[in-house]
Amino acid sequence: MHILQQILFVAALAVAAWFVTKRVKLIARAINLGRPEDRTDNPGERWRTTLLVAFGQKKMFTNLLVGVMHFVIYAGFIIINLEILEIILDGILGTHRLFAPYITPIYPFLINVFEVLAFGVLAVCVVFLTRRFVARVSRLQAERHRELRGFSIPDATIILTAEIILMIAFLTWNASDSVLRDRGVGYYGDLQGVVPDFLISQYLKPLFAGFSDTALVAYERVSWWLHILGILAFAVYVTYSKHLHIALGFPNVYFSDLQPKGEMQNMPAVTKEVQLMLGLPVTTEPDGSQANDNGMQPAEATSGESTPDEIGRFGAKDVYDLKWINLMNAYSCTECGRCTAACPANITGKKLSPRKIMMDTRDRLEEIQRGWQTNGVDYKDEKSLLGDYITAEELNACTTCQACINACPININPLDIILQLRRYRVMEESQAPASWNAMFSNIENNMAPWKFSPSDRFNWAEMVNEK
Amino acid sequence: MTTEKTYTVPTMADMMAAGDEPEVLFWVGCAGSFDDRYKRVTVAFVRILNHVGIKFAVLGPEEACTGDPARRAGNEFLFQMQAMSNIQVLNGYNVKKIVTACPHCFNTLKNEYPELGGNYEVIHHSTFLQGLIDEGRIRVKDGQSFKGRKITFHDSCYLGRANKIYEAPREVLAALDADLVEMKRVKANGLCCGAGGGQYFKEPEPGNKDVNVERVQEALATGADTIAVSCPFCMTMMSDGVKNQNREDSVRVYDISELIAQGEGL
Repeated sequence: MHILQQILFVAALAVAAWFVTKRVKLIARAINLGRPEDRTDNPGERWRTTLLVAFGQKKMFTNLLVGVMHFVIYAGFIIINLEILEIILDGILGTHRLFAPYITPIYPFLINVFEVLAFGVLAVCVVFLTRRFVARVSRLQAERHRELRGFSIPDATIILTAEIILMIAFLTWNASDSVLRDRGVGYYGDLQGVVPDFLISQYLKPLFAGFSDTALVAYERVSWWLHILGILAFAVYVTYSKHLHIALGFPNVYFSDLQPKGEMQNMPAVTKEVQLMLGLPVTTEPDGSQANDNGMQPAEATSGESTPDEIGRFGAKDVYDLKWINLMNAYSCTECGRCTAACPANITGKKLSPRKIMMDTRDRLEEIQRGWQTNGVDYKDEKSLLGDYITAEELNACTTCQACINACPININPLDIILQLRRYRVMEESQAPASWNAMFSNIENNMAPWKFSPSDRFNWAEMVNEK
Repeated sequence: MTTEKTYTVPTMADMMAAGDEPEVLFWVGCAGSFDDRYKRVTVAFVRILNHVGIKFAVLGPEEACTGDPARRAGNEFLFQMQAMSNIQVLNGYNVKKIVTACPHCFNTLKNEYPELGGNYEVIHHSTFLQGLIDEGRIRVKDGQSFKGRKITFHDSCYLGRANKIYEAPREVLAALDADLVEMKRVKANGLCCGAGGGQYFKEPEPGNKDVNVERVQEALATGADTIAVSCPFCMTMMSDGVKNQNREDSVRVYDISELIAQGEGL
């Protein structure tokens, strides 16, 4: 019996590991479609940011109550992994509470902590479901936000329900195990006097008082298996879900923008062109093999060092033109909608939603992944992020106010994608709104965005001594 | 004509011809040069500079748009053309320190010009005014009293979120001894006026309402009779919003430098 269970357990573990590895490779491949950019400068500041924003969840505490609730789930997730270590080893070795005899003094304390966290996670998941479906928090409603139609809401419901089931399995497993221990049944009884009752599950023991020994053992086994299989299934599921932020949130914060939020990235290739036009010495080094910081490779360099299909663009039309960090951002997005709730365009009913920008980017990547799976990894379709997913109307509505960046708990930058797409529309397609084109030509001809004569620029000085 | 003050506005060209250099260049910006309402802000700031005796100069006709609206609308070529021409002018005059009343000019000059060869100490006029107050060179409280007046401050995205300047304009307002009331969304959570990213230069996309109306409603909800701003675009957007709400008779929009100039009787 034990041996069979051990074999099944190892098999389950292997299957989960195989699926997770496959998914991780696929996602890594998708992220690497983005252009290279060095995000390893200032490791000190990056670690500081990671400690504060990722591990410390600083930005979650903007709303204290939500911050505390999320922290409970987060701490539960991190710390319960210690318990999972024991569960996995028990599963492989066919043992029961392997660590208990070795760390007797602290074992009950640890399990008590896990139980309190498990109960906390359970309670918070119930509150979160209530916020979604009863209190109807605005940013989480599909009626108000078209990007949530589809898989987003079921995804959230599945995750929250799964967590509730896992926590119930864990707590009732401990309870049934306690009853078996009290009764001195089999190897459960061996831990009598070593393992006491636990903080939460002791109150669940009466539920099992009427169970026969056999039924109790059956329940103990089923709940144990349910818990661990649930966790393994969850590990696979997460790679398909918005819940991937539990893994990618950390690197996503580490590699986040360090420069001031208002600073737009320069395009060195353009600098070179402009220097040539103005007759200035060319200071930028074109770097043909590596796409530079800004969405294109310099024209001269591409002919020598790059193959024709690698010719860069001004700005971004598709995910291939974005940077890898933009794509990692997309996979890290939890669709919480804090960005959209803070977006002035969205608040006033315009189509732009920063969350949709991130979800569109990921949807586009997943579409490409599906293409790989059916047509091989070199497959490219005719679609693009701009046009097929994100429209000009959305892009044009952005005020570049950076509220979305500020709001994101894991430092995702939707604005960067918006601005790169705008660059493509304006520089490659000449598709700016007419009044922007007028503004451009005013700047070009009159050195001001309005049609005033440059010679009148100093006329205001006549006013300084007026009353 | 008893104690009529005379204010001067020297240009960099004048200064250079006289073999002189200013302490600071006042970058006026396009709005400050051409927008009728914002010209009064420019004048107010120049009067303050004169009043405290700071040696400053402007570029005058040699100034040009920093390129900010072009860049944010997606026209990188135009931005860099503007930027590099401006940098040539600024470097030609050996400019070291710049003060500007426009957060968009401020952000671009400070954060985006260095990569193109323009390295200056760039200060927004809110920080500059705060410095003058801290040094005791401006003492509004001795002058006209703002006591009892409710003022609310609208954060500009390019001053606040973009460059984390939240306190300087508030401290400037604190010097007025007025009653500073905050809106619901302030500082890092402040709501945009709706003009940034080139929006000022086109009609907004269709929606339920305009951003500036939403923001002005929030400002009016504080009960303030003065909305203080520190950005030319916020100025226009807030003023239009006040008109939209038919409150232009009772609610005024001022730049922080205008309030200081009023307080100093300039």
